[in-house]
Amino acid sequence: MSDSPDTPEIPRAEMEADIVCVGFGPAAGGFLTTLTRGLMNEDGTPAVESAAMPGMPPQVICYERADDIGFGVSGVVTKGRAIRASFPDIDLTQIPMAHEVVEEKVVYLGDPVGASRRPTAFRLADKALSRWMEDEAFELPYVPPFLKKHPGMIFSIGQFNQWVGANLMGTGLAQIWPGSPVAAPLVEGRAVRGVRMVDQGVGKDGALTPGSMPGMDMKAALTVVADGPVGPVGRHLDRELGLPEGNHQREWAIGMKCVVDLPEGCDWQPGTVLHTIGYPEPEIFGFLYVYPGNVASLGIFVPSWFDNPVRTAYRYMQHWMLHPYLWKRLQGGALRSWGAKSLQESGRRGEPVLCGDGFARIGEGSGSTNVLTGSGVDEAWATGVMLGEAVLELMKAGKPFTRENLEASYVSRRRASWVEAEARVAEKSRDGFVSSVVKGFIGMGLSGLTGGLLNMPGAPRKPQDRIPTIEDYYEGYIAHGEIGEIRAECARQGKSLHDALMDRVGWPQIPLDGTLLVSHQDALLLGGKVQAAPGYADHVRFADPYTCEACRERVCIEACSGQAISVNPEGGVPLFDREKCVHCGACIWNCSKSDPKDKERTNVRFLAGSGGLHSVEN
Amino acid sequence: MSELHIVVCGSIVPDPLQTLAPTEGPSGWALKNEMMLPAVLDPWAGHALFEAAALAKANPGSRVWLVSLAPKAKLQQVMMSVSQKAPFELVVADGPASGFTDSFETARVLAESIKGIAGLDTGKLLLFGGWQSASRGSGAVMQMVGEILGVTEQFQGVDKLAVRDDGSMEVKERIEGGAYQISVVSGAPAVFGWATGELPEPPNNPQTGMQNMQKNMPALMQAKPADLSGSGLRLSEVAVPQQRRETRVVKDVPVDDMAREIVEWLKA
Repeated sequence: MSDSPDTPEIPRAEMEADIVCVGFGPAAGGFLTTLTRGLMNEDGTPAVESAAMPGMPPQVICYERADDIGFGVSGVVTKGRAIRASFPDIDLTQIPMAHEVVEEKVVYLGDPVGASRRPTAFRLADKALSRWMEDEAFELPYVPPFLKKHPGMIFSIGQFNQWVGANLMGTGLAQIWPGSPVAAPLVEGRAVRGVRMVDQGVGKDGALTPGSMPGMDMKAALTVVADGPVGPVGRHLDRELGLPEGNHQREWAIGMKCVVDLPEGCDWQPGTVLHTIGYPEPEIFGFLYVYPGNVASLGIFVPSWFDNPVRTAYRYMQHWMLHPYLWKRLQGGALRSWGAKSLQESGRRGEPVLCGDGFARIGEGSGSTNVLTGSGVDEAWATGVMLGEAVLELMKAGKPFTRENLEASYVSRRRASWVEAEARVAEKSRDGFVSSVVKGFIGMGLSGLTGGLLNMPGAPRKPQDRIPTIEDYYEGYIAHGEIGEIRAECARQGKSLHDALMDRVGWPQIPLDGTLLVSHQDALLLGGKVQAAPGYADHVRFADPYTCEACRERVCIEACSGQAISVNPEGGVPLFDREKCVHCGACIWNCSKSDPKDKERTNVRFLAGSGGLHSVEN
Repeated sequence: MSELHIVVCGSIVPDPLQTLAPTEGPSGWALKNEMMLPAVLDPWAGHALFEAAALAKANPGSRVWLVSLAPKAKLQQVMMSVSQKAPFELVVADGPASGFTDSFETARVLAESIKGIAGLDTGKLLLFGGWQSASRGSGAVMQMVGEILGVTEQFQGVDKLAVRDDGSMEVKERIEGGAYQISVVSGAPAVFGWATGELPEPPNNPQTGMQNMQKNMPALMQAKPADLSGSGLRLSEVAVPQQRRETRVVKDVPVDDMAREIVEWLKA
């Protein structure tokens, strides 16, 4: 099955701009902020003339899939070096939910329920630290310098994007179009000539009908690809052009988070940052940032090396919140919003082809995330700034956007930058996790403290190659026959296998309270309010139906952040309900089967779609 | 068929899908979490705009203006999406859209903006707006705009408007008790405060959006601050209706019992 809707070649409307940018996140924010500042002279005359509309300033268009420019992203703590460089007088009080970091802690969480699968080293640590533990937790006296974000800032990326977008629109020099999903790049050979918008008014299968509107082609001299790790344009280019020799994108994580009104009397002060390790499973990290107004953003990361084939993040997040160290300050709070996002965690080793004739890539999809420091927003912003400077340089010199010119102006800047230098230190820092979580932590420490000179060895594997069978994962915990019985019973009741298995191995049920601890479906209603515009094709498809039919793990169902993928009672491929999809992309990499035609990909297709989360404070 | 000059009054509101809480800030009353929420075109005004676009399409030569009193930067952001849905020309008065501005002051600013529209023929004027608003529900602004402009034919709670061959218009208005009133007006000018109308929200059309924004970006950049200084109005108390959703968490209850309870609740 092709990634493009199966439509015949039909005449499409065409328009021309000078620069078209796909996706509005921090990378596009950095790019457009830098670019627009240089497009006008101080006397108010255009510094460069538009080729698409002679006599006018350059026509710069940015398309964003979501209904607004701050939807479906995350809270973040960042050193913000590149952001501060762009806004030297930044006043965080002007950005809702932003605050300086005032306190940062790394907390080791013990296991209060006895169900966490702790390796020996963790059991020893539990024992050794027990005398200093309070509320089953140990606050590390030392935060490794590579992890520290202090001095730094915390903010909601949604609110930050809104603020940056308002600044940009005030200039009148860039148009940012929300609710405008882009289907694919317009590729000619190895060159990009613009983008094609998604077809509208079509059925779920994408078939055009007499009433539908074929997506418009927007031609541009430069296409800036900033659509993140699951964006259809970047991934399309990766397939067309391949990755540079030796690079791969095999490490992922799902970030699941919520924004919470803290209870009255909570002693966490604005600017408090917590990183947690050890619980609910040693492989799962937690984070918590306290905003002004007694509000916190908190959640967990579930990485690709967590070898549980039934890895629904939602319940793990609830168990994490219920840890005594956190719960004594969270109890009585209320869920405000909730969401999820997958992160491309291969870092620099996941770097794609950064530029070519008519295109350049920035942000997370360009491999800018630093996987050692867990920092991506500032790096994404920095890559956008670098491209903005490069584009201004080329435009003012009257040079075309060829591969050679973009390499000389953009890629050279990037290679000489702190983003690149720090990414090289981080490049092998997570290899140890291939073997075990303990080796992984040792490897991170080695890499971080030696500037990348020493690393724990390990060759990252594709997620679908490391996801074990359910029987293998629960070997020694649940007998094979019993797993079969649980599977049959869950199928009969239409219930989650994941919940049944967690119950079986000793995880207590979640005491739902209707305000903070709510069911997964209520989280969608209370906190995410997913919107899916009518008239678009389903954006999650399954490449080979026979592969799905034979699959026994069905990780796509168990790992779906919005419970949008469910069991098909008639067998075959799972069902997909885009009214529930939050566009996190977990299904792409949490599939345990390879596409029979392309072993590097899984059997899940994630196409361009509209909608997703409907909250700007995540 | 006749040429119509349709002016739609509509502002932006915080996304109505989420609950708002009024609070008194340093610059007066505001909505506490307004900054936390995305802005959208007021859905009531949206219905009016989509009806206007359909009417203009059916009457060749017609023009549609959207007159909006709102903070310029936020309005621009919303217009990037709205302008994809229908062709129109934008007229901007740069001012607050929090829902706490006096209705008469708002009406005066809108009326002045409409008077300033070049090429507007008041003999062809159909003044559209929301019957209600997601931020201010007094339903008074459109009536007052019409009065200031001297338009005496006014209809509120409109769900359908049909232009006849002789130029007269048949109007279907909501009245009390869930009933409708059908009226006929001989022609423009007239005011129509739209209820939900009959048309769904059109899909985004980037081509329409591009064409709209080429005209609308200069209108946004050149927008002048609205004069709302004459209000002198003080609000002594503000309250919003309590949320009526009641969630009860139940476990281990058979689905038949749940269904029975819901049916009993519905019957009550």
